[in-house]
Amino acid sequence: MLQISCPWCGPRDEIEFRCGGQSHVIRPGPPEEVDDATWGRYLSEKINPRGDHLERWLHAAGCRRWFNVARDTATHRIRAVYHMVEAAPAIGDEGSAR
Amino acid sequence: MRYSAWTVFRQGLGGQRGWKPAWRSPDPKPDYEVIIIGGGGHGLATAYYLAKTYGIRRVAVLEKGWIGGGNSGRNTTAIRSNYYYRASARMYEHSLKLYEGLSKELNYNVMFSQRGMISLAHSPHDVELAHRQAGAMRLNGVDADFLSPGEIARRVPILDMSPEARFPVFGGLLQKRAGTARHDAVVWGYARAADALGVDIIQNCEVTGFRRGADGAVIGVETSRGPIAATRIGVAVAGHSSRLAEMAGFRLPITSYALQAFVSEPLKPVLDTVILSPATGVYMSQSDKGGLVIGGGLDLYPSYAQRGNMPVIRNVLGAVAAQYPSLGRVRLLRQWAGIVDVVPDSSPIIGASPVPGLFLDCGWGTGGFKAIPVGGTMLAHQLATLTPHELAEPFSLERFTTGALIDEAAGSGIAH
Amino acid sequence: MSQPFRLAAGGLIDRGRPLSFRFEGRDYRGYAGDTLASALLANGVRLVGRSFKYHRPRGILGFGPEESNALMQLGTGARAAPNLRATEIRLHDGLEAKAVNCWPNVRFDVGGVNNLLSRFLAAGFYYKTFMWPHWHVYEGVIRRAAGLGKAPKAADPDRYENRFAHCDVLVVGSGPAGLAAARAAAGTGQRVILAEQDHVLGGRLRWDGGEIDGLAADRWADEAIAALGAMPNVRILPNTAVTGYFDHDALAMIEAVSGDDPAAPAQLPRYRQWQVRAGRVVLAAGAIERPLVFPGNDRPGVMLASAVRHYLARYGVRAGNRAVIFTNNDEAYRTAIAFHAAGGTVAAVVDTRADVDPAVAASVETLGIRLLRGASVVATRGAKALRDVAVRRADGGTLRLACDLLAMSGGSNPNVGLFSQSGGRLAFDEQLTAFRPAQSVQNERSVGAAAGLRTLDEALASGHAAGAGDGAAPRATDAHPAAEITACWRIDAPGKAFVDMQNDVSADDIGLAARESYRSVEHLKRYTTLGMASDQGKTSNVNALAIMAGLTGQGIAETGTTRFRFPFVPVALGAFAGRAHGELLRPLRRLALHDRHVALGAIMEDYGWLRPSAYPRAGETRFEAEQREARAVRDGVGIFDGSPLGKIEVRGPDAARLLDFIYASTMSTLKVGKVRYGLMLNELGVVIDDGVCARLGEDHFLVGASSAGADRIAAWLEEWLQCEFVDHDVLVAPVTTSWSVVTLTGPHARDLLAEAGASFPLGPEAFPHMSFQEGMVAGIEARVMRVSYTGETSYEINVPTGRTAELWDVLMRLGGRYGLTPIGIDAWNLLRLEKGYLHIGADTDGTTTPLNIGWDHVLRRKGDFVGKRSLMLALHRDPARLQFVGLRAEGTEPLPIGAHLVRGKGADRASDGFVTSSAYSPVFGRGVALALVHGGTGRIGETVALEHDGRRLTATIAQPTLYDPEGARLNG
Repeated sequence: MLQISCPWCGPRDEIEFRCGGQSHVIRPGPPEEVDDATWGRYLSEKINPRGDHLERWLHAAGCRRWFNVARDTATHRIRAVYHMVEAAPAIGDEGSAR
Repeated sequence: MRYSAWTVFRQGLGGQRGWKPAWRSPDPKPDYEVIIIGGGGHGLATAYYLAKTYGIRRVAVLEKGWIGGGNSGRNTTAIRSNYYYRASARMYEHSLKLYEGLSKELNYNVMFSQRGMISLAHSPHDVELAHRQAGAMRLNGVDADFLSPGEIARRVPILDMSPEARFPVFGGLLQKRAGTARHDAVVWGYARAADALGVDIIQNCEVTGFRRGADGAVIGVETSRGPIAATRIGVAVAGHSSRLAEMAGFRLPITSYALQAFVSEPLKPVLDTVILSPATGVYMSQSDKGGLVIGGGLDLYPSYAQRGNMPVIRNVLGAVAAQYPSLGRVRLLRQWAGIVDVVPDSSPIIGASPVPGLFLDCGWGTGGFKAIPVGGTMLAHQLATLTPHELAEPFSLERFTTGALIDEAAGSGIAH
Repeated sequence: MSQPFRLAAGGLIDRGRPLSFRFEGRDYRGYAGDTLASALLANGVRLVGRSFKYHRPRGILGFGPEESNALMQLGTGARAAPNLRATEIRLHDGLEAKAVNCWPNVRFDVGGVNNLLSRFLAAGFYYKTFMWPHWHVYEGVIRRAAGLGKAPKAADPDRYENRFAHCDVLVVGSGPAGLAAARAAAGTGQRVILAEQDHVLGGRLRWDGGEIDGLAADRWADEAIAALGAMPNVRILPNTAVTGYFDHDALAMIEAVSGDDPAAPAQLPRYRQWQVRAGRVVLAAGAIERPLVFPGNDRPGVMLASAVRHYLARYGVRAGNRAVIFTNNDEAYRTAIAFHAAGGTVAAVVDTRADVDPAVAASVETLGIRLLRGASVVATRGAKALRDVAVRRADGGTLRLACDLLAMSGGSNPNVGLFSQSGGRLAFDEQLTAFRPAQSVQNERSVGAAAGLRTLDEALASGHAAGAGDGAAPRATDAHPAAEITACWRIDAPGKAFVDMQNDVSADDIGLAARESYRSVEHLKRYTTLGMASDQGKTSNVNALAIMAGLTGQGIAETGTTRFRFPFVPVALGAFAGRAHGELLRPLRRLALHDRHVALGAIMEDYGWLRPSAYPRAGETRFEAEQREARAVRDGVGIFDGSPLGKIEVRGPDAARLLDFIYASTMSTLKVGKVRYGLMLNELGVVIDDGVCARLGEDHFLVGASSAGADRIAAWLEEWLQCEFVDHDVLVAPVTTSWSVVTLTGPHARDLLAEAGASFPLGPEAFPHMSFQEGMVAGIEARVMRVSYTGETSYEINVPTGRTAELWDVLMRLGGRYGLTPIGIDAWNLLRLEKGYLHIGADTDGTTTPLNIGWDHVLRRKGDFVGKRSLMLALHRDPARLQFVGLRAEGTEPLPIGAHLVRGKGADRASDGFVTSSAYSPVFGRGVALALVHGGTGRIGETVALEHDGRRLTATIAQPTLYDPEGARLNG
């Protein structure tokens, strides 16, 4: 069971959270200027790396805040937790990891 | 060598000394007409149909570990074609029909056991959806029966049918021809039959990159056992499709998740069908060996680790104990997990990739096992003719641009 | 009643508490502190089980979770438990057990015929036959023959619990290394949990001798346990097996609490499942001895040498009178010495090694025990119990040794299951001839025998170091030296030599798998079923892969192991549920007015909340109630509990901007005090919810969501706000459960509301349809919306949930003269259906866009909103798309929901749409229905054919709105 450090509430079990998938996705727009292919990629395409993944999580059964997590999809190790408005930490930054 | 009761008898008398290898272990040749990446059910079936249907025998199946070691050997072995949309129903029904003849086709007993599958309806609304589903299935040429609560109680006596049950049972949808098969046998059967037709099955051979020609088309692969050339390459690596795509320089609408599965200690027969409760997402069957084979939901974060965590385990197994109250004392023997390709519309992606010469068979989500024969048929057709198989046309990568998604759960209102 | 194999003294049993029990229909005695296995051995019961495939007679092999033969059906009726290992069943008075998988009994088992046919039933034979004419012909017989124990037929009457715990250090195992670790860690004040699967703590200290810090090992254990027990920061859990090692140092444990003892206090659960989050973990789970692989190694009376020592010391049970010890290592010599000391005769020690350390050899030879160096047991005899063994001497000659016990030892495997589950990597240690932990991934440390350490002193030192305490480690002052071993994976001799006893996998089966190309360890496992039995290969895996390595010429390290999986020991499914049965499986939500609905005779059903479906009166059917309630609304006034409706306050300078983006309709143009209906879409353009939005103030909106969407839509707004519009100054507050909703609907709704007393004008000009008032109703603060789902004049009265009953009671009291009638969901649905109003989730599914339900105008809206770009895709404008229409059935019978319209003939028959909602309308005196039909909008008036469950029906496509299409009643 993952233990995730919510930036507001501290370390909590995974059952309190919901993973919202890949983070830092740019929504294309305005709609009239976006072609079908670009829109289709926005809706469906994923980086889906084996390894470091930047994803957003919601502390659903807690403070209801969204935040970003840098997590290894192969080991499930969490490298960093950071706010929605923050830039992704460079690989090598060791945040509050478990 | 042909398998039969007679050979089993003769070999028994002869101390089992005369059995031949089920497949060879060749070293890779420098080039092939077709390379298939992934020695699971889909890859091996593709190789078999390439050789059998299209006479293309200079084929290599490259497997990074041991054949059948991915989702082919980690699923809960359910086979069904109870789909809502015509495109899905036709494809899965084709697969089910191939399964019906597969043991004889491959001369390998895959133990396809058509014990039926029941999807429960837990509310009057579920009943309405089940009727809509049943109607669609019949119009799609698939067998469907709506069962009354009484019929369900008779078929599944261990199910809690009381009105006080947290999820009472108002009926259920039965597909009689659905069932289970021995998953490893499907892999081994295709491997043995493909090998007999001349296909090279190369285990412990991991693809590490693609070789590209001046026009960008593939001309071969780099592997842990050296480069191998081919101008037609099929990819059937469920769970790891995105990694192969990354090597070839494109991205897929796929996220990898861990799907857990469970088996109990062996019991004398208590369950004679595959049963699904949409309310809890839990499905269960009993293997011929006697273990209850149980599946449920995904661990809901991207993962390439073939493991799972306790919240899902408790949800799934807790629901079994609650919905089947006499199973509380039955014990979990083993848990495992596979990595599945999850696509936004939960339908597969079959056919051309953005890279010329490279073709895809991926995105089967949690349901790839039942599609092994048809997946192999469609990818073989694509590799042999360079045109999509008729059944595969709706499942191209294009649909994410046109919006012509095929979302079974969304379309039928019933979770699959 | 005597226990012929019980020694006069010794063992951690209470001889003052004799217990009687029944096994296979015969009565026996044992003592408190016994396991079923020790009690059976004390009584000289040798034959305790039958194997899975060949039904071969089997005896007790081990003493813990490694036991592969003695599987029991414990108890009867609803409390029967299948497949329990005799070595893990604590004996209690009146215990009743039977061997699994044999009929009529374990002594005479009809299935034993399989053993006669075993030459034809080699590994994987079933893949090669049973294909003609069809697998189904054979499958039934095979299914009935397979399986082990029987599941009870009745519901499990016992209770299970789940508990969470946190600690600084979790110590797994209470042997020398575990106790040393727990002591060291606890001494520094760290919170320690010490888990031991046995009911007695101390592990090997209880049965394998030695001296620590000048004390006998078991005395030292007593003192260490007493000291730990007195510390408030230590929790000691006996009977607790650690079963799983998950991510981020989360572990699962199963505690056997009641022990299936009927005398246990009734409030005790049967099992308690623990989930522990540990700061760090000390894995001191010990090691399990391996059998030797030789012909006839499965006969009852062939045991692990460690088990023989264990039963002697722990239970005062000598497992035979005359023993042969068969070994490839020094450790088994201790069994010879102990057996001899307990008055047994050791016929010989048969050692596969030609060179035995002289001191080790002397340790038995000085006792007069015969030592055969370089020798092997090559056969055993005895129908249902061991009678003698054949030994091949170093010189090639053979001799027979009469014996009733063969104690074998092929070395030991560290218990690396949990380490492997944690993600750690294993390495093969040639000196140890076993896999041991090599590379750690999580915050755990393996110690003692689990780390492959071979002496007591090393165990204590490694445990102490892992505990990270102060002071010096305890020292073994009189311990055995490290036992030397020479690998011996298989005795080369003819006959069936078993590797996996329970699943009947022999060394020859491994050879067959190798010949047939099933050489990878996973193929070997799956083809032969090796290691897949209920012991999960605890005694068989390493032997098997070493034999395979020998056949393929690969090293053992290269051959590798299969992956270790949760759970380390089997866990009852009930323990996963804990108390989550019935209503606690998924908690039900109850309305503030629940008791009032029940008092009115409502049928309460689960719609996410428990809600009244209908209020049938005495003698009335549900359908009759629905019809009466619906008529009451059309003619008088109905009262409806709409409390689950989603209510979300959206407030702040950017509230209108956010809502313009979230809704497919513009909300920023809404006037204060007005209400507007809107659809919400996802990015695919699919309708995910609908509802009314009220503007309470310039910067203040009340967003209404469907009952099913209440939580989802609040989360949806937050996600967009927090993840996309981080610069918006908006607060989203879900208030669904803060406010309850009582709706008055019908021609007399206004009169009744007026009579109840409203602090604002109610006339159609001052308070028209689609507007909002805030004030007092019946003296209660209220937010009232004039919106209607029935087509009649309606007031949705929102009051603080704590005052709902007060409002309801006032209205019910005053409503009598207007014929006020409580309305259930059934009638509510019927009323909106007559009106042609959409019900999200019934008339729409996960693919329905606004363009399917006649909202094509959203495409003309300026600016961006969720899902807009998807709606611009060509396929959504396809004239043949599904469109929302009404259907008029022929005759009075309503169309069945889910029925398909059918077009085409023969194989081209296809769905042309389907019925989404349907009911019998009392207003129209016939069935009315809504449907999604391909190109439906352009087909009004067309007669169509439908099919449902084999029935054929006919209907006519119509406009969705049938009742009061002009809306006169609505606006009145």
